[in-house]
Amino acid sequence: MTPLAVLLLAVGTFGLRLSGPLLSDRIELGDRARQLLSASTTVLLCALVATSSLTADHAFAGWARPAGVLVGGALAARRAPFLAAVVAAAATTGALRWLGVD
Amino acid sequence: MVGLAIGVVGVSFGAIAISRGEPAWVPLTMSLTVFAAGAQLAALDITLGGGGTAAAVAAGLVLNARLPLFGLAVADVLGGVRWPARLLGSHALVDQSAAFALAQREPARRRAAFFVCGALLYVMWNLGTLLGVVAGRAMGDPGALGLDAAEPMVLLALVLPALREPRTRRAALLGAAIALGCTPFLPGGLPVLVALVGVAAAAAGGGTGGSRGAGGPHGTGGSHDTGGPHGTGGSHDTGGARGPGGTHDTDGSHGAAGAEGNA
Repeated sequence: MTPLAVLLLAVGTFGLRLSGPLLSDRIELGDRARQLLSASTTVLLCALVATSSLTADHAFAGWARPAGVLVGGALAARRAPFLAAVVAAAATTGALRWLGVD
Repeated sequence: MVGLAIGVVGVSFGAIAISRGEPAWVPLTMSLTVFAAGAQLAALDITLGGGGTAAAVAAGLVLNARLPLFGLAVADVLGGVRWPARLLGSHALVDQSAAFALAQREPARRRAAFFVCGALLYVMWNLGTLLGVVAGRAMGDPGALGLDAAEPMVLLALVLPALREPRTRRAALLGAAIALGCTPFLPGGLPVLVALVGVAAAAAGGGTGGSRGAGGPHGTGGSHDTGGPHGTGGSHDTGGARGPGGTHDTDGSHGAAGAEGNA
């Protein structure tokens, strides 16, 4: 990767980060808008979870990764310690691949 | 704990970059200055796949196009502090710090959650990247250790509490199904943004007063776009399974995504 690419990505990303707080100085958000924003955040995160666990390079990512994510997610939903859930997720995926399931 | 998890993702980023032939400064500088796992991995993937500067930067920025939304959502946290802190705080704006802040009701706790989480993540992300760079060659394939499952799992755990609210859950599951459906056709980063249609659909469903209860199973019943009712119906069924059972949901939704991908 070229230094220019890294620089542009860094500057652009910071601009995007700063734009939220800057915009909020200029526009006043009502309760309804806040609710929608909060829902948007949840929807974006869920979509990110779905696409990053199930797809890679525009196609199905294989069974091992989503299985690991599900195991970790189930543990987290049962209020298991966070690190345990993360380790279980990686271990499940790693073990499945070791067994030849990908 | 989230910090450790992000550290693990950082390790995998550093290791992936090094094992595929990038010089050490690339992952290290990116983690310090970009500080966005998805964008960094996407830009790296495109570069290693032969893409140019423009393609790599564009993909990274599209993936980060959600940041202004998160920024608006936590604007009260960043709006109440002085400029130096606001600039620093902006750099700490990532999915997890926003999610942590939004999980707190009280303003003071929101702010504390945001800054503590953001700073911790920054340190762990960079330490992880460094460790990954150092261990990169020795470790071989990071996928063999299942490290790629860590990042989505962390995000899933963070979003779980917000999913208890039925309307948000419907919107989120619809959005996820839409994102999966268009992943085979759209450039990376865009499907996640298209998922926001789920919010609009949920808002439309909730806004048509009176029909809410009855609209439940059919979701946005009576929405204008013809694709809506069918897509919505399908994802609601799978949605129901996700909460309690979990496994069936994923099988169902990516059966469809996989089929499209293969087609």
